[in-house]
Amino acid sequence: MHIATSSAFKKNAHDALGNAGLQKALARSGPSFIARRAAAVAALPEFEELRNTARDIKNHALANLDFYLETYEAKVLESGGKLHWCADAGEARAVVLAICQAANARTVTKGKSMIGEEIAINEHLEQHGIQPIETDLGEYIIQLRQELPSHIIAPAFHLNMEDWESAFRKAHTDLPADRTFNERRDVLIEARTKLRSKFLAADVGITGANFLIAETGSSIIVTNEGNGDLTQTLPRVHIVLASIEKCVPTLEDATSLLRVLARSATGQDFSVYTTFSTGARRPGDLDGPEEYHVVLIDNGRSAMLGTEFQDMLRCIRCAACMNHCPVYGAVGGHAYGWVYPGPMGSVLTPGLIGVDKAGHLPNASTFCGKCESVCPVKIPLPGLMRHWREREFERHLTPGAMRTNMGLWAFLARRPWLYRRATRASTVALGWLGRKKGRFSSLPLVSGWTDGRDLPAPEGDTFFARYARAGRGQ
Amino acid sequence: MSKQSILTAIRRGLKRGPLPEHQAVMLRRRIAEHPRHVIPARSRLPHPQQVDLFVRNVEKEFGSVARVADMNAVPAAVADYLAAQNLPGRAVMAPHPELRTLPWSTRPLLEIREGRAEATDAVSIQHAFAGIAETGTLMMPGGPDRPVTLNLLADTEIAVLRASVIVGAYEEAWDKLRSEIGAMPRNVMLITGPSRSADIEQTLELGAHGPRRLHVVLVEDSA
Repeated sequence: MHIATSSAFKKNAHDALGNAGLQKALARSGPSFIARRAAAVAALPEFEELRNTARDIKNHALANLDFYLETYEAKVLESGGKLHWCADAGEARAVVLAICQAANARTVTKGKSMIGEEIAINEHLEQHGIQPIETDLGEYIIQLRQELPSHIIAPAFHLNMEDWESAFRKAHTDLPADRTFNERRDVLIEARTKLRSKFLAADVGITGANFLIAETGSSIIVTNEGNGDLTQTLPRVHIVLASIEKCVPTLEDATSLLRVLARSATGQDFSVYTTFSTGARRPGDLDGPEEYHVVLIDNGRSAMLGTEFQDMLRCIRCAACMNHCPVYGAVGGHAYGWVYPGPMGSVLTPGLIGVDKAGHLPNASTFCGKCESVCPVKIPLPGLMRHWREREFERHLTPGAMRTNMGLWAFLARRPWLYRRATRASTVALGWLGRKKGRFSSLPLVSGWTDGRDLPAPEGDTFFARYARAGRGQ
Repeated sequence: MSKQSILTAIRRGLKRGPLPEHQAVMLRRRIAEHPRHVIPARSRLPHPQQVDLFVRNVEKEFGSVARVADMNAVPAAVADYLAAQNLPGRAVMAPHPELRTLPWSTRPLLEIREGRAEATDAVSIQHAFAGIAETGTLMMPGGPDRPVTLNLLADTEIAVLRASVIVGAYEEAWDKLRSEIGAMPRNVMLITGPSRSADIEQTLELGAHGPRRLHVVLVEDSA
């Protein structure tokens, strides 16, 4: 099981700011994600309308989730598949292991799956003598380095060429030691060659699912590499890991969601492979798995229904929120300490592992609102983070100093005359103290700010004083 | 079994019991009628322009297209493409009636095997069920005459597509699938360009685990 380090967010973030390799990767890759999404959106005049459609489809599916899941189950069974309902991660791990053991599996290939990370399926299989092999290029190196993904669609977001080279040299010791890695292509070809034999030898293939379709009993995966398709086509057994909120009613509903997914994620109009799997190999088929299992996992989702966090279940895991987040852009994904980073992680993680362990995450936001403005299903992420802050405060998990400061501020805010005098006095004092440099590199009580950057010194008067002078609203 | 406990938890969250029958009837009707949502205007074009849009989008996604006058010209187009790419004239082909009946014997240097792809196959020839102009996407429903491995294992995939089966939007392709094939096939792939990865420094490289090249032989049969 991945030990969540979300409670150490402040230390993680501090370390991340000092990690030169990570900062290099963030500086290179952050802006390109933003530019590519912007170009894809600009090329589709209906994009805003499609966001509303996508939001409405997911809301409709969630409001009738029990009905659609039962309809979906009936279709899966009808098409020769099996469906396993799992209330939590432990049940899901046990079901997957049992299927693999029944298939006498020695190796299992895996497509990229965030729910697979969430239930830590790899560790569980390894503990029982079954070797899982990640086949998405980014997941492959993450597995070699024994890390968590640092991004939900680009697991190796935090790595640079030199990291790839050293991980491959360490892992592929059967290859000539004097081979060169002059360009990215060399890395790609080596991974392709290494993994091809794994695809052919695997007994079981495990993939995630971007969507489940009630109409047809299909699971959908979306990839660019084709690794997910090889994973679900070549082995004798295919296992789909999917959380319950992935279910949508029809092919048309899934299609509308797919129109916003790739554009929001990578800025592609459509991913290279969008594949719909329905049941096991049929009579006359020359390829495809003989067994098809769907492991349907709740693991905390149903408890979010009917709460202020229900909106989060619309999430289609595109990563636009983290790609546009100034906090993610500064510290990367690992600082968040668990499977889901960025704004979506700051809302989801407290719901899944507890606000007592992940309370820092909803506080790690400037509330700039960029995440909500790019979300393809219009999840009000800053509002949901605010709800977590309220819950944290209500449960007295907020640190004492912060509660004291909040109390002091509330005392002043309820007495406007006092508030104005206090802010005026501190403005004058700080302005005078900082009159030479115009900023402070350290100040008592605000080291949390000044450790990372300077605090500007006030120049001139308070807002209220200026407002009064300007003659109120001219 | 956790089915009942999960369904109960969902209903508790939704603050209701099982859906009343009249609502279930409405939802079943919604599935049966599968209403379309917003369809982008970009593909709402006369058919010849949809074909052009399809070709532009395939090329934008790093695929290539050769347009030929009729089905009988396909073997020559395949042979020419393989020669131009310096590839051997050996391929594994989908056992699809429309491909099997082509005059392959007119190109004696082409060695064609029918069936599914194996890891040793360098070139595959696949039959495309439909083309979707909106994004230059091929629809490939799997089945005995269209093995899935042909889309995955070869370094080079050649797709034979009749222009008359190019549609504007995905929704039209789904309706075509529903009316011509009926029940959902075991596997349906929507393929947009050749395999790629941007996992290394977020920089695009073609040819990850699937084909490095995707070549469409487009048969102009719709005029």
